[in-house]
Amino acid sequence: MTTNLLAVGTGKGLFLARSEDDRRTWEFSGPHFPMTGVYAVGLDTRRQPSRVLVGVESSHFGPIVATSDDLGATWHEPDQRPIAFPESAEKPLARVWQIAAGPASEPDVVFAGTEPQGLFRSTDGGLTYELVRGLYDHPHRPEWGAGFGGPAIHTVLPHPTDAERMVVAMSTGGVYRTEDGGKSWQTGNVGIKAVYVPDPYPEFGHCIHKITRDSQQPERLFAQVHHGVYRSDDEGATWTSIADGLPSDFGFAMVAHPGRPGVIFNFPLEADARRYPPEYKCRVFRSEDAGETWQPLESGLPTEPFYPTVLRDAMCVDNADTTGVYFGTRDGEVFASRDEGETWQQIGAHLPEVLCVRAAVM
Amino acid sequence: MAVTVRIPGVLRAEAGGRSTVEVGEGTTTLRAVLDEIATKWPLLERRLRDEHGGLRRYVNVYVDGEECRRLDGLGTAVSDQSEILIIPSVAGG
Repeated sequence: MTTNLLAVGTGKGLFLARSEDDRRTWEFSGPHFPMTGVYAVGLDTRRQPSRVLVGVESSHFGPIVATSDDLGATWHEPDQRPIAFPESAEKPLARVWQIAAGPASEPDVVFAGTEPQGLFRSTDGGLTYELVRGLYDHPHRPEWGAGFGGPAIHTVLPHPTDAERMVVAMSTGGVYRTEDGGKSWQTGNVGIKAVYVPDPYPEFGHCIHKITRDSQQPERLFAQVHHGVYRSDDEGATWTSIADGLPSDFGFAMVAHPGRPGVIFNFPLEADARRYPPEYKCRVFRSEDAGETWQPLESGLPTEPFYPTVLRDAMCVDNADTTGVYFGTRDGEVFASRDEGETWQQIGAHLPEVLCVRAAVM
Repeated sequence: MAVTVRIPGVLRAEAGGRSTVEVGEGTTTLRAVLDEIATKWPLLERRLRDEHGGLRRYVNVYVDGEECRRLDGLGTAVSDQSEILIIPSVAGG
């Protein structure tokens, strides 16, 4: 029997939902790490047993980075601080925003994106990490800003087969790319419009909300930015708009299907100044042609007026044979689809605000 | 004699379940006490200080009844008879 795990990181702890019946029913446990903000969760299925990795933030006691090899029954923290900025750094670690598994060929490599803006690399499966100096020492650093969420690298996209290539994104700062294993980094924002600065097309400084990578064509990326939805066919070198088929170009989440090329999921919000779903309708939008056209998915979702936001990491897919799609809201609801978004059911309610979700067959 | 450090309930797991720990025999500052805690109970110490040695904003440390920020911060003098109280400040919602 397989176990499906859904990790729901909230503003007041981590909730873990398990399904033993192919995602028909779920049993929640938690809160793990009570009274912490759980901003980053990774489910690493490259190893056996699969590993749960979390980056949480206690408002009193600072950031905590921990792992579990028994689906959350017990947690491990090494004696050494897992993620730490060197003495020479201007500020200490405030928060881990992203945990991302490295390429399949390097099963012990895990990356973390942090606030302040840092990229860290682990070679022991996510127990301890080292700062990637090439990005930390980038000459643009003094000009990177803080979005509302803080000055953070919130998206880390290792290349699935080429360990030399990676794309990261920050808000604000924009997209940066490396092709030499992190030694040097180039901006990747050509074509992305910035509506919040005088120059609409700066080299960097963009407010990127989320980027995802196509699972079958890894040079193809999709981005939800602060007013803009884009596709890149050259791994972030240039971008073109794919917002025309959506009811809005604003939102936070952007998720790629784990097996079908060109299939992506998005949860639009009306506008920067009106962060509600368009027409107050709870709808996920899916494109099956790399953003050329979009279809609303709403079967099983609430039909009454719907106001909550879905945050940048609060939507995900799993790795089941028929892909599951999940999202959580700022008012603590969790919705799941076990058929690629065709139909949905609410599986969680009355949780604290949902900051991130991650799901996998463990 | 050693310095007695009283641990709040929420951090006792990081201190091996202890409600008090005794450290710092012969040490003269709060910083040295925390440095010793870092070697014996590293998870506890990093809940109290960041990696650059700064006391976390919402952690209050009382040395013989006075919050250390009103004294000399981490340089506050301690003696073998000192009692150190760690109390999370009132914060959050």
